[in-house]
Amino acid sequence: MNGTEGVRHPRGRDLPPEERERRLRRIWDPPRGILGALSVVDHKIIGRRYIATAFVFLALGGVLAALIRIQLATPEGRLLGPDVYNQVFTVHGANMMFLFAVPVMEAMGVYLVPLMIGTRNIAFPRLNAFSYWIYVAGGALLWIAFLLDFGPDVGWFGYVPLSGPQYGYGKRADIWAQMITFTELAALAVAVEIVVTVFKQRAPGMTLDRIPLFVWAMLVTSFLVIVAMPAIMIASSALILDRLVGTHFFNPAEGGDVLLFQHLFWFFGHPEVYIIFLPAVGMVSTMLSTFARRPVFGYLPLVMSLITIGVLSFGLWAHHMFTTGLPRVGESFFTASSMAIAVPAGVQIFCFIATLWLGRPVWRPPLLFVAAFVVTFTIGGLTGVMVASVPLDSQVHDTYFVVAHFHYVLVGGAVFPLMGAIYYWFPKMTGRMMSDRLGAWVAALVFVGFNLTFFPMHVLGLQGMPRRIYAYQPELPWGGLNLFVSLASIILFAGFLLFFVDVVRSAVRGAPAGDNPWNAPTLEWATTSPPPSYNFDGIPVVTSANPLWDDPETLPVATGLRVDRRELLVTSVQRAEPEARESSAGASIWPFLAAVATTVMLIGSIFSPWAVVWGSLPIAVALVGWFWPKGAPEDEA
Amino acid sequence: MKQRPALDVGGLPLHGLGSASPTWWGTLAFMLIEGTGFALVIAVYLYLMSLAPAWPPEAPPPDLAAGTMVTALLLASVVPNLLLSRWAAAGDLRKVRFGVVLMTILSSAPLIVRAFEFAALNVSWDTNAYGSVVWLLLGLHTTHLLTDLVDTVVLAVLMFTRHARTSRRFGDVQDNALYWNFVVVTWLPIYVCIYWLARV
Repeated sequence: MNGTEGVRHPRGRDLPPEERERRLRRIWDPPRGILGALSVVDHKIIGRRYIATAFVFLALGGVLAALIRIQLATPEGRLLGPDVYNQVFTVHGANMMFLFAVPVMEAMGVYLVPLMIGTRNIAFPRLNAFSYWIYVAGGALLWIAFLLDFGPDVGWFGYVPLSGPQYGYGKRADIWAQMITFTELAALAVAVEIVVTVFKQRAPGMTLDRIPLFVWAMLVTSFLVIVAMPAIMIASSALILDRLVGTHFFNPAEGGDVLLFQHLFWFFGHPEVYIIFLPAVGMVSTMLSTFARRPVFGYLPLVMSLITIGVLSFGLWAHHMFTTGLPRVGESFFTASSMAIAVPAGVQIFCFIATLWLGRPVWRPPLLFVAAFVVTFTIGGLTGVMVASVPLDSQVHDTYFVVAHFHYVLVGGAVFPLMGAIYYWFPKMTGRMMSDRLGAWVAALVFVGFNLTFFPMHVLGLQGMPRRIYAYQPELPWGGLNLFVSLASIILFAGFLLFFVDVVRSAVRGAPAGDNPWNAPTLEWATTSPPPSYNFDGIPVVTSANPLWDDPETLPVATGLRVDRRELLVTSVQRAEPEARESSAGASIWPFLAAVATTVMLIGSIFSPWAVVWGSLPIAVALVGWFWPKGAPEDEA
Repeated sequence: MKQRPALDVGGLPLHGLGSASPTWWGTLAFMLIEGTGFALVIAVYLYLMSLAPAWPPEAPPPDLAAGTMVTALLLASVVPNLLLSRWAAAGDLRKVRFGVVLMTILSSAPLIVRAFEFAALNVSWDTNAYGSVVWLLLGLHTTHLLTDLVDTVVLAVLMFTRHARTSRRFGDVQDNALYWNFVVVTWLPIYVCIYWLARV
C-alpha cells in the first residue's frame, strides 16, 4: 500500500533542507490569534504554560506563607483572625500540593519527555490541552473562592468530620473536594499521555536501558498517579455525596467511618509524596551526569530504586495514622515498610555522591541546587525514619516537627532540584541562558534561608508547638524561635524573589544559548533552542544511553516521514523498533470547549446533584466534536 | 547538529493495530485507572462490612432477579463483541457495520434492566453507609455502561459515513470492544459484592 503512496506524498528526505523546514513548519506550527492560542496542542507550548502557571501558584502560595510567618512572629499575632488563618493554611497547603508541586513536575515531563526520547509531540496532544485547561479551572476555583472568603478551612487533607456535613458549614469543604477532582483529572490525563509516549514513541534504538533517567522517573511517577489518584477522587466524591445528598460514608452514626476517609486519603497521599519526589530524582540524575562530565554512576540501581520506591510507596499510607489507634500488627507493618523505603532512597543518594566523586564536577547553578538537595533531603529523610517509629510519631504528631520534616522532604527533595532544573533547561525552553552569578546567589539564599527557617521548627515541635494554631500565648516558650524563624524566612523569600527576577531578566535579555550550552548527552540538546514546533527535523536514531557524547557533531536520523501531515514514529515497547508512521492530532478548539463544559458540570455539582445530569450533555457534545473526524490528513489510514 | 540518514522508515504502515497503536495503550491506561477505582470502592464495601455488626444492616439483601439478568446479558454480549473485534481486525466493513449496530442494541439492553436494579437494592443511598456504598458501586458501574453505550452509538454512526473505511477506524472499533469487555469483567466482582456478600 505504500509504494504508490510515496509518490503522492512527498517525504522529507526528497526535499532540500530549507524546503523541508518550510513544509514541516506549515503543518506543525501552532495556529495564530486568540482562537489559535486556545487550540494549541504543541507539548512545548502547553508544557510552558503549565510550568508558568504552576510557578504563579507557587508565588501565591508563598504570599500565604509570608502571612503565616508574620502572624506567628510574635505571641498573640493580630494580623489574621482564626477563621482567615484556617483558610490561609488550608489554601497554602492545598495550593502547594495540588496546584504547584504535582502539576509542575508533570509539566516538566510534558515539556521534556517528548524531546528527551526524540519524538515530535506527546501522545494524545489534545488530551494534553484539555488537561491544562482543567488544571487552570481547578486553580481558579480554589483561589477565587478564597478571595471571596469562602476558601476551604479544613486543612489540606480535609479530614472528616471537620469537613463533613456536621461541621463543615457552607460550601468551603466542597470547594476543596472539587478542586481535588479538577487537579486529579488533569494529572491523570497527563499520566496516561506520558506512559504512552514513553512506551510507544521512543526514538528507534532507544531500548529500555537507554532511556534517560528523567524519563524513567516520569514513567514510574505516571504509574503512581494512575494507581493513587483514583483513591483521592473517591474520597473527595464520597465527601461531596455525604454533604450534598445525605450519604453516610463517613458518618459513624449510620455505619460509616471517619477513619475510612483517612485510609483513602493517605492511600493517595503517601504515593503523592513520591509523585513529587521521583521526578526530582530524575532531574538530579540528569543534571549530575552533565555537570560531573560522566555517565551517572549506577544507572541500573537507580532505575530499580525508582521502581522499588514506586511499589513500596503504596505500603506506607497508614504511617500518617499512627495516632488513630490502628491494630498493633498494622502499626508494626507500616513502621517496617516506612523504614524499608529509606533503602532505595539511600541507594540513590549514594549513586549521586559516587557520580560526583568519580566525575569532574563543574559548579554551575544547576549543580549548586543539586548539592543543596542532597544535604537538605538527607536531613528530611532522617527525620522521616524517625517519625516512621510509632512512639516518636505519637509524640510529635501534629506538631511543628512534622511541619519541619515535610518541608525538608518536599522543598529540599523536590523544589531545590526543580529550581536547578529550571536553570538547566531554561536555555532549551527559551534559547537564552540564565545568569550564573544570580543563580549562585539564588542557590545560596534559598539553601541558607530554608535551613534557618525550617530547622528550628523541629525544636519548636519537640517543645510541643502544635500545627495550625493561629496564635500562641506569651507565657509559652515558643516566642524566641518563632521570631527567629519569621526573620530567617525573609532570606528564603529573597532567594525566591531573586529567582523570579532572574527568570524574567533572562527571558528578555539572557545570553543566547545555542543548541547544547552544557555539552549534555541527551536528545533534547540535539535540536535548536528553543526547538521548532516539530522538535526534530529527522527523528533521531539511538545507539547508546548518551548519544550526544558519542558523536557531538552528527546525529543519525530516520528518514521517510511525510511532510504534508503531522507524522511521528511509533516503536515497540521494549526494543524501540519502528512499527508505524503514526499521525499526531492537530490543533483543535474542542479540548478547550470540553474543559469549559466539564468545569460547568463540576462546579454545578457542588450545588445540585442534577448538574451531573444536565451538565453531562454539553460534555458529550464537546467530546463528540473532539473525536469526530474532519477529513484532516492526520485522519488518513 | 548535522544529520546523517541512518534508517529509512518510509515503508512503514501509516497506522498500527493492537499493541502498535498508541490508542490501544491509552485505552489500557484508562482501564487501569478505572479498574483501580472499582477495586477501591469494593475495598470500601469490604471495610464497612468488616465494621458492621450485621450485614446488610437494617435492610433485606438485594433481590437477585434484575442483577442476575444484567449479568447474563453482559456475559452474553461478550461473544458478539469478540466477533466484532475480529471483523474489525480483518477490516471487513460490512460485518463491522452489522456488529456495531448489534452491539449498540446489546449494550442498551443491560442498561434498561439496570434501572430496575436500583429499586431491587432494597435500601436507599441515604439510609445508612451500606446503602451509600451499594449505590456508589452500582452508580459507578452504570456510568461506565452509559459512557460506553454513547461511545458505541457514535462509533456506529461513524461507521456508516465516509470516514469508516480506514484502519484507524477499525482500530477504534477494536479499542471500543476491548473497553466493553472491561466493563463486563469489572461487573462480575461488583455483582458478587452487592448480591452475594449480602447473603453470606
